[in-house]
Amino acid sequence: MTRTARRTRRPMQVAALGATALLTLSACSSSDDSSSAKSDSSASASASASDKLSGTVTVFAAASLKESFTTLGEQFEKDHPGTKVTFSFGGSDSLASSITGGAPADVFASASPKTMKIVTDAGDATGTPATFVRNQLEIATLPGNPDKIASLKDLTKSGLKVVLCDKEVPCGAAAQKALDASKLKLTPVSYEQDVKAALTKVELKEADAAVVYKTDVHAAGDKVEGVEFPESADAINEYPIVQLKDAQNTEAAKAFIALVQSAAGQQVLTEAGFLKP
Amino acid sequence: MTLPSDKSGAATDTLRGGPRRRRVRTGGIGGGGRGAPLPLLVPALIGVAFLVVPLIALLVRAPWRSLPELLTSAEVWQALQLSLVCATAATAVSLVIGVPLAWLLARVEFPGRGLVRALVTLPLVLPPVVGGVALLMALGRNGIVGRSLDSWFGITLPFTTAGVVVAEAFVAMPFLVISVEGTLRAADPRFEEAAATLGASRFTAFRRVTLPLIAPGIAAGAVLAWARALGEFGATITFAGNFPGRTQTMPLAVYLALQSDPEAAIALSLVLLAVSVAVLAGLRDRWMTAG
Repeated sequence: MTRTARRTRRPMQVAALGATALLTLSACSSSDDSSSAKSDSSASASASASDKLSGTVTVFAAASLKESFTTLGEQFEKDHPGTKVTFSFGGSDSLASSITGGAPADVFASASPKTMKIVTDAGDATGTPATFVRNQLEIATLPGNPDKIASLKDLTKSGLKVVLCDKEVPCGAAAQKALDASKLKLTPVSYEQDVKAALTKVELKEADAAVVYKTDVHAAGDKVEGVEFPESADAINEYPIVQLKDAQNTEAAKAFIALVQSAAGQQVLTEAGFLKP
Repeated sequence: MTLPSDKSGAATDTLRGGPRRRRVRTGGIGGGGRGAPLPLLVPALIGVAFLVVPLIALLVRAPWRSLPELLTSAEVWQALQLSLVCATAATAVSLVIGVPLAWLLARVEFPGRGLVRALVTLPLVLPPVVGGVALLMALGRNGIVGRSLDSWFGITLPFTTAGVVVAEAFVAMPFLVISVEGTLRAADPRFEEAAATLGASRFTAFRRVTLPLIAPGIAAGAVLAWARALGEFGATITFAGNFPGRTQTMPLAVYLALQSDPEAAIALSLVLLAVSVAVLAGLRDRWMTAG
C-alpha cells in the first residue's frame, strides 16, 4: 500500500518538472514543426530528410502490440540513426492510469478507445487519437487442441480451465461482449491482468484455453493453437494511437506515429495478424 | 531470553518495541553531551519521514465521504476475508514446517548446513513474481512435481485458494525460519541438556523445554510471516491467478482497482493498513511486551 502512495506522489513532482521543461521546450519545437511535417510524409519511403531526429522516444503500448511494435521500433532506429525507441508494454488500462499518474511517455497506443479516453479525458494527449489497426479475438488452446474446442460455447464445458483477461482490460471487455452477444455464461479460473498473462497460462499448459487476440495466437507460434469463432466479429477492438502532451521528444514521437500509419508500418502490423483500420 | 545478535533477532527486537538496553537517551534533542548527535539525528528523522509520509498521504487522500459505500461492497469483504483466511493458513503451514526446519538448522550439525540455510532463505530476496513462476514450474499442472500430483491424486494447485496459501507460505516462511532460528541459537542449550540427563528424549526435550523457551521468538516470526503473507502480491497473481472470492486477495484487488478506480484502491489500501496495524498492536500487547 505504501507502493501505491509513493507511486502517485512522486510522478506528480516529475510531471510538474516535466511541465516546466515543456514550456521552455515547446518554444523551440514549434519553429521546427513545419519542416518535420514535411519530413514525416517521406519518412516511410526514405529517412534522408529527418536525420536530425535524435534522442529517446518512449512508447507505451498495449501488450498485444509487443511483437509488431518491437519490429517497428527496430526499423525506426535504423531509419533514424541516433534515436532509440523504448517500449513499455502492458494492459492498456494500467498504462493509461500510469500516464494520467504522470509517467513520462511520448506516445500511447492502446487496445481500445475506452482506455484511450482515460488519457484524453485527463487532458494528457495532444490532438485526437487515430485508429491505426483493429484486432479480432480468437481462442487459444493447447497444441493439437486436445479438448476439441471448436466454438465459444465449447469453452463453457465443465472441467475446462479457461482464463480470460480482466474486464477492465480491453481483451477482457471484448471477450465479455462476445459472450454476452451469444448469451453464454462462462466462469473462468482466472481474470488475468493483461492479454499476454492470459496467453502465458495456456503456453505453460496451466489453463486449457484462453480468449485472446488473433495476433497473440499468431505470435505464440506453435505453443498454442488458435480457434476462430464467429462471435468475435461482434467484438472487434479498435487500436488508437496518440502523442502525449508531456512528450519529451515530440519530433520523434510524431515520426514514430507516422511510421505506424505508413504503408510499411501497416504491412508489419497486418503480417502480425492485425486488421486494417 | 538473551538478545540474539543476528538479523532475525533484530526483527524480534523491533516487534518488541526496540532493544531496550540499547536505547539512546535524548536528554534534549540536538543538545551536546549525551544527546543524539546531529549527523545521526538528521538521517534518522529523514528515515522516519520517508517511512511515515506515504502512509499519511494515504490517509490524506482517502475519499472519507464515499468510504462507507466503497467498503461495504460484497467484493471488498470477499477479498478481505480471503486475505485473512489465506494469510492465517499460510502462517499455520509455515509454523508446522518452519519451526522444525529452524530447529534443524540451529541444533543439528550436518554437512552443507550453511548452503541449506542460504537456500531456504532465498525467497526473502527473490522477487515474488519469480517465486510465482518457480512455483508454476514445480507445482503447476505441468510442473515437475505438480504433474504427478495431478495424475496420482487429481490435485491441481494453480487457480485455487490452496494455491494462494502455497504462494503465500513460500514467500512468508523464510521470515519465520530466520526468526525462530535466531531465537533458538540465543536460547541456552543447557536447559535441553539438563532435560536429557533427567531422561527426556530429544523430542520430549524439544516439546517440553525448548518450545516454551522460544515461544516469544516463534510468535514474533509468525507475526512477520503473517504480515508478509497478507501483503503478498506477485507470487499470488502469478501462481494462483485472479478470481474474485477464490484467489483474489486484497493486494490483487487493490492493484486491479487502481487501474480503473483509484479511490476504491485507496479505500482498500486503508482497510489493509488498518488490519495490519490492528493485528500488530494486538499481538504486541499479548506476546511481545513480556520478557
